[in-house]
Amino acid sequence: MSDLTELTIKEAGRLLRLQSISAGELVAAHVERIERIDRRVRAFLRFTPELWEKQADEADARIRRGDTAPLVGIPMAVKDVLCVRGVETTAGSQILSGFRPPYTGTAVSRLFAAGAVMLGVTNCDEFAMGSSTENSGYHPTHNPWDLARVPGGSSGGSAAAVAAGEAMIALGTDTGGSIRQPAALTGVVGMKPTYGRVSRYGLIAFASSLDQIGPFARSVEDAAIVLEAMAGHDPLDATSSDRPNDVSRDLDAGVKGMRLGVPREYYDVEGIEPGVKAAVDKAVKSLSDAGAEIVDVTLPHTDYGLAAYYIIAPAECSSNLARFDGVKYGMSSGDAQNITEAYQRTRRKGFGTEVRRRVMLGTYALSSGYYDAYYLKAQKVRTLIKRDFDAAFENCDAIISATSPTVAFPLGSRTQNPLSMYLCDVLTLGGNLAGLPGISVPCGMSEGLPVGLQVLAPQWREGVALRVARAYEQASGVKAEVAPVG
Amino acid sequence: MPLSRDEVRHVAMLARLGLEPGDEEFYAEQLSGILAHIDRLQQLNTESIPPTAQVVEVANTLRDDVPRPGLSQADALANAPAAVNGFFRVPSIQEEA
Repeated sequence: MSDLTELTIKEAGRLLRLQSISAGELVAAHVERIERIDRRVRAFLRFTPELWEKQADEADARIRRGDTAPLVGIPMAVKDVLCVRGVETTAGSQILSGFRPPYTGTAVSRLFAAGAVMLGVTNCDEFAMGSSTENSGYHPTHNPWDLARVPGGSSGGSAAAVAAGEAMIALGTDTGGSIRQPAALTGVVGMKPTYGRVSRYGLIAFASSLDQIGPFARSVEDAAIVLEAMAGHDPLDATSSDRPNDVSRDLDAGVKGMRLGVPREYYDVEGIEPGVKAAVDKAVKSLSDAGAEIVDVTLPHTDYGLAAYYIIAPAECSSNLARFDGVKYGMSSGDAQNITEAYQRTRRKGFGTEVRRRVMLGTYALSSGYYDAYYLKAQKVRTLIKRDFDAAFENCDAIISATSPTVAFPLGSRTQNPLSMYLCDVLTLGGNLAGLPGISVPCGMSEGLPVGLQVLAPQWREGVALRVARAYEQASGVKAEVAPVG
Repeated sequence: MPLSRDEVRHVAMLARLGLEPGDEEFYAEQLSGILAHIDRLQQLNTESIPPTAQVVEVANTLRDDVPRPGLSQADALANAPAAVNGFFRVPSIQEEA
C-alpha cells in the first residue's frame, strides 16, 4: 500500500478513524518508503524507531477510544534544530555531535500531545545558515524531483521528506526564507508564521529576532492544522504572543473581493527566471479569475533588504553561537594548553565554513568602531523595510510574488560564491525583517521543477495568507504531488 | 570597505575562532565581497529613522515567579565532554606562576 505515503492529513485521518488502517500501518508504510529511497534523497540524519513505535501505539489506542483530533497517528519529521529529549539533536553541525537534549521544545511537545508520530530528524544547513542544505556538517540532501539538484534550505531535509512521501508533515524553521524557499523548490506547502506566533523554546537559536518555527505539508489545510496545534502563548518564551489562535478561521472564505498586491520590485527582481515568472503570472490570473482584485504595490527598499539582513542575522548569530565552546556539550578539542586555545580549536574544528563566515561577519559588525556604521544602520533600514510593508498593506490584504527567483539549482553550483547563495532569499527575507506571516504554495513547474507562489500577510493575519493560498490551490487545481524518485 | 588580514585576525580572536593556514586570505577576500554589497546601506539617509530591534509589539512580558524544578545536576552534566566531581572540566584558566 505505497499510496499511504501520498495522503494528506485529512485523507489519512479519515482512514484512521474508520479503522481501515492503523497508525502502526501508516508509520510502517512511511518507513518502508524511507528504506527504499532515502539512500538517494538523504532527507534524514537520524531515525527515531523508539518514538514511532510508542507514539503509533498510543495513537491507535486514542483512535480506539474515539479520539477524532486531526493529528493523531500522523507521521512527522523534525528539523535537526528542534530539541527532542534524548534524541541526538545537532543543528546540522559537527560541534553538537552526540548532543542529547534534556528537554523537548514546546512546538514539538505540543505536536506530540496532539498525537503526531515522530519518524526522525531531518537534515539542514548548519545552524540553519544556508539556502541549499549543502552547508550541513553531515551530508547534502537531494531534491526528490531531480537528485542532481538541491532541495533548497535551510530546512531542505524537511521539505524533501514531505516532497518524497517520506513523511506526511515536517517541521522547519525560517529566519530568512528557510521554510518557504525549500517548500518552493520541492513543490510542497511551507509556512512561516508571524514572529511570536509559535514558541521558540527548545529551538537552537540562529537569529533570535527573526527565527520562527513552521510546518511543511502537502496541502494548505494540512499546514493550517499543524500550525494551529503549535501556535499560542508559552510561558517559556517571553516573545510568544497570547493573541487568539485564529489561524484557520477563514480558511475556506475564498478571495472574492480581496485585494492582492503585486510588488513591482518583487515581480521584476534581478535574476528571476522566465519560467518562474510565467508560473506566477498564471497563478495571479487564477486568483483574479477567482474574484480577487489584483493591485500594484511598491516596496521601495527591497534592494536594501539583503544587506540589512546580512548584518542583523550574522550579528545575532555571532552572539547566539558563543555558547558552543566545547565545555557544556558537543565536541571538544581536549588537548589545549589553556581555555582560550580550547575554545579556538573547538570552534575552528566544529563549525563549518559558512558558520565561521557569519560569526566573523557578525562579530565585525558589532565590534567597537563599526557598530553604528553596520548594526545600528541595518536596524534603521529594518524600520524602513517594515514601513514599506505597512504602507503596502494599506492598499491590499495580502502580497503575492514568486517565493524564489529560480527553480532548484544543481548541487555545487553556488557554494563557491556566498552572495549568489544569499540571493536565493531575496523575496523571502523581507517577511522576516518585518515579522510577517508568509506561505509558499506550489504553482506549477518550470523546466520540470516546482515553482512556489508566496503569499505574505500583515502580522497576525496567518488566516489571510492561508485563505489566499487555499483559494489558489482550489481555483488552480495545482496540488503538492509526491515526487516519484526514480 | 575591504577587510585586511589584520582585521580578520582581530575578529577571529574576538570570536574565539582558531585560524588555520589559508584562513586569513580566504576570509579577507570573502568578507570583503559581502561587505562591498552591504555598503549600499550607506546610500540611505536614516538620520531620523528609529532602529528596530524586534518587530512585534510584545514587551516586558512578566510571569508569576513560581518555583519549579530546573535541570538536575546529572542532566546538566550529561552532555559535557569532560566532567569531574559534579563540575564541567576545562583546561587551566590561569597560567601557573
